[in-house]
Amino acid sequence: MSSVDFLFQGIIRAFELIFSLNPYILSITGVSIKVSGTATILGTLTAIPLACAITFLNFRGRQVLITLINTGMGLPSVFVGLFIFLMIVPAGPFGFLKLYYTQEAMILAQYILITPVICGISLAAIKAVPQPVIDTVYTLGGSRKDAVIAMLREARFGLITSVLAGLGRALAEVGAILIVGGNIAYTGSIGGIGEGLSYTRSLTTAITLETSKGEISTSIALGIILISLVLSVNILANFFQRRE
Amino acid sequence: MHSELMRVYDLTKSFGNREVLKKINMSINEGEIFALMGPSGVGKTTLFRILNLLEKPSEGKLFFRGIELTVCTMREKINARRSMSMLFQTPCVLNTTVFNNVAYGLVIRKVDKNAIREKVMNALSIVGLEGKEQQKARTLSGGEAQRMAFARAIVYDPDILLLDEPTSSLDPANVAMIEELIKRIRRELGTTIIIATHNIYQVKRIADRVGILLNGELIEVNSIGRIFEAPEDARTKAFINGEMIY
Repeated sequence: MSSVDFLFQGIIRAFELIFSLNPYILSITGVSIKVSGTATILGTLTAIPLACAITFLNFRGRQVLITLINTGMGLPSVFVGLFIFLMIVPAGPFGFLKLYYTQEAMILAQYILITPVICGISLAAIKAVPQPVIDTVYTLGGSRKDAVIAMLREARFGLITSVLAGLGRALAEVGAILIVGGNIAYTGSIGGIGEGLSYTRSLTTAITLETSKGEISTSIALGIILISLVLSVNILANFFQRRE
Repeated sequence: MHSELMRVYDLTKSFGNREVLKKINMSINEGEIFALMGPSGVGKTTLFRILNLLEKPSEGKLFFRGIELTVCTMREKINARRSMSMLFQTPCVLNTTVFNNVAYGLVIRKVDKNAIREKVMNALSIVGLEGKEQQKARTLSGGEAQRMAFARAIVYDPDILLLDEPTSSLDPANVAMIEELIKRIRRELGTTIIIATHNIYQVKRIADRVGILLNGELIEVNSIGRIFEAPEDARTKAFINGEMIY
């Protein structure tokens, strides 16, 4: 069999797996969406208020915080994974929380990775709001709270883009969640594919495992789903950028 | 005899070592149109920002209806600001519809929805923008945007209207329309208006009194007749006659 045939058959089998709604594939997709979605929600709830505070409040350490956020935007994911791993292993300082090899640990890792991304892009979006907008709100009798609301409204498309960028990074991330999540699926085969249902196995970590096992069609199926998800997020981000 | 609405005592503003405003003293009477005239870059906008409490003076005092605003609480400051309105040289357009732009000042004052609709439609009709309420404000022309900003500034009937060179970037038709609006608002609503401008002819057309600001110094305050016919300061005369070069 030529390599082209091998690839072609892999793609056909991948589509069969997707359209037959294979439980293993679905459970992995579900874990990815749950983990990345939760991390994005938590990251957004932290990052946007933080970006507002940095913009509106003049506190000591503000510049240091901005530097940390900018640095955080390029954090290597394996480093974050290793750091959290050392914190949550049974012998670590937070071992008592029993987060080791759980979805919660994966959420925590992605939260740490994407919060600076969302915050950094939000900060740029908020800073792009012209100062006269804030002055106009004050001039019309608005309070600082009104100014913050007006500013967020003006920056809304940029803020949505920042959230989508965070979600995109979370979905595509592999290193950190592999270390802290353990890439675990429950034992037992379903339909002769995979190892049962995913517990901490995400699309990205599953691709690395299935490829190493030679399960190319499963890897391609997972890859198609992953790319579709990331592409959808990017199409949405582009849509909002265009509106801005 | 008009009562005093606003008073400025020995007001100074510095940015670093640069003194932009030097011991400004002036008072604004209720219901008058006061023009602050001077060439570009002499501190007119800075003075307006201080009057509207957007900036703090470095020294001096500012009184509004007898309350000293330079030492007041945030609540008092917001209340005072809610009696004022300021129009910038370049109109600021919020990224929403014309209606929402004009309604903004009423919304933050928690005015009833029906009353908002009525007041906004009335303000839009005053500035000649009726029928454009659902249009995206960013699609308005420069003149329309300034008129929309004008509607937004007057919709909540402020006691005092600060106009910072509102016609400097407009075509003659829009300039005439804004000037007519200024006179109409004073005539019909009794609003006190302070306008910053470097246009001598505009001052002659609309103002009751005028203050000449040169290099951060208020060199003369007088009625229109006195300023143009018998100025007290030689620099005023030179400025009016166009003999000063900046």
